[in-house]
Amino acid sequence: MSVSAGWYLTLSAVLFTIGAVGLLVRRNVLVMFMCVELMLNAANLTFVTFARQLDDIGGQSAVFFVLVVAAAEVVVGLGIIVAIFRRRAGATADDLNLLKG
Amino acid sequence: MPAALSPVLAATAVDTVVFIAAAAVILSGALGVVSSRNPVHSALSLVLTLFGVAVLFVAQDAQFLAAVQVIVYAGAIVVLFLFVIMLIGVDREEDVRADPLRGQRPAAFALGALGLAELLGLARFHHWVTGAPSAAGAASGPGSNVEKLARSVFTRYLLPFEVTSVLLVIAVVGAVVLARRPSRSAAPEERRQEEAASP
Repeated sequence: MSVSAGWYLTLSAVLFTIGAVGLLVRRNVLVMFMCVELMLNAANLTFVTFARQLDDIGGQSAVFFVLVVAAAEVVVGLGIIVAIFRRRAGATADDLNLLKG
Repeated sequence: MPAALSPVLAATAVDTVVFIAAAAVILSGALGVVSSRNPVHSALSLVLTLFGVAVLFVAQDAQFLAAVQVIVYAGAIVVLFLFVIMLIGVDREEDVRADPLRGQRPAAFALGALGLAELLGLARFHHWVTGAPSAAGAASGPGSNVEKLARSVFTRYLLPFEVTSVLLVIAVVGAVVLARRPSRSAAPEERRQEEAASP
């Protein structure tokens, strides 16, 4: 690996931070969800980097499972968002202060 | 030995250029996700980031994961996002200037800077390599990436693999339950009322 693992780790740390700050700053639930995807991708990049650095295919297997869990999470999360928006139009995360409101 | 060294140098230069280009694409896409006022633009910036990560997967010899990243993430998940954005009609712009909770934004940036410093410090000063033998198998060696990944998933990680299928079934059932019309239980009452009102 000619580009050292440290650069990949730095990139994924920056990507994770952007996702985390976006999750804290944005109010639109869909964009917050996309920020979660950014953080998941940063973690995936770290897994693949260590799989390469430590010569271990287990890191890539972990990314495989993360992809499956991310797909399931997006399906359920978007179902929840659709259910929320059907009940009340134009809801942001700040308006959702009740579980059954 | 300049003649023998030049291919190595050329490969290094190509790798570096690929990394820098992919990193620029990833970071601009991520900033676009966070800062776009329109959710549709955020979703398209997310595609940019996902493609950049796929390029870096290829650069690190994870060809199968790169393909899955493009097909599942950019193909299915982002399309699902766009579908929901269009379905519930929130493709109007959000005022990102408004600070709903006073001090939330500076606190978020401060927390982000703290977390970034922590992560970079960990990456810089922590010694990751313990010398423990790999339990899942080597990533290098003969055979394709798909072959080695498949052997790992279907032998050592077989039980987690089966559990993910259960997870997917649960997710499908949950999505159907969530997306069902809420008036299903109320429908018989309405019908009874309509019947009572009609004669």
